[in-house]
Amino acid sequence: MDAIGFKFILFMITALVVIVSSVLMATRKNPIHSALWMIVTFFAMAIIYLLLNAQFIAVAQVMVYAGAIMMLILFVIMMVNMDKGNEEETTKASWSLGKKMAAALLMVILLVELLFGALFYRMTARVGDYPADAVAAAGNAKTVGALLYGQYLFPFEVASILLLIGIVGAVVIAKRNK
Amino acid sequence: MFQEIPPGLCLVLSGIIFSIGAIGAITRRNVIVVFMCIELMLNAVNLAFIASGNAFSSMDGSVFVFFIMTVAAVEAAVGLAIFVMVFRLQGTVNADEFNLLKG
Repeated sequence: MDAIGFKFILFMITALVVIVSSVLMATRKNPIHSALWMIVTFFAMAIIYLLLNAQFIAVAQVMVYAGAIMMLILFVIMMVNMDKGNEEETTKASWSLGKKMAAALLMVILLVELLFGALFYRMTARVGDYPADAVAAAGNAKTVGALLYGQYLFPFEVASILLLIGIVGAVVIAKRNK
Repeated sequence: MFQEIPPGLCLVLSGIIFSIGAIGAITRRNVIVVFMCIELMLNAVNLAFIASGNAFSSMDGSVFVFFIMTVAAVEAAVGLAIFVMVFRLQGTVNADEFNLLKG
């Protein structure tokens, strides 16, 4: 087996899966179908993270996004959209042709700009202290953990307080107050 | 050892996914689908972070993505709670029919 091309071919296939499933996610009429395609997108994204030597983030992606967030979204869709599953898009006809053209033009400009930046920008950052081989030898999760509890300790604690506020806020907002 | 993936390709993929998410967030009317498109845009940004961190053999990309995931989780919890509350008040999740702030 050609070891050089393997990772590249895998990346290309996964990138194709990501693009196709995210287009399907954005276009399905039924929100539940959208959510299921979103899960496919997240899993394919996790594979790309693995290919980019970020094992910890890949696992966190599957647990946080594909597990927790998508479950929450599916719950809310089933709570909210019970009777009117896909009756939306009826008001979409109110979009005039000019408005549609303007939106499409804006999006094309955005895409071209992003691609231009990605392809032609010369990245000049200094090379960091964590080459892939050394990180793989020490363990990816261990390295990320040492950074989180060392250099990034304060942001980490702030993030935990943010999560606490989010929990309390979600309960307070969603509570039925009589 | 396997050859690394060129970072430019990852950034191109990130840009394409971000554009798909932006198009969806602008054109869809169902707020939950809009919300999912915003999550997709966050994911595209995560991919750009990871690709850059990998290209520069730096671990900061992973740490930043960790914090972005934290914010996305909080945003999901609070946002979906708001959708549930608005659905109770208005009986719809169509973004065109939200007029709670009209006074």
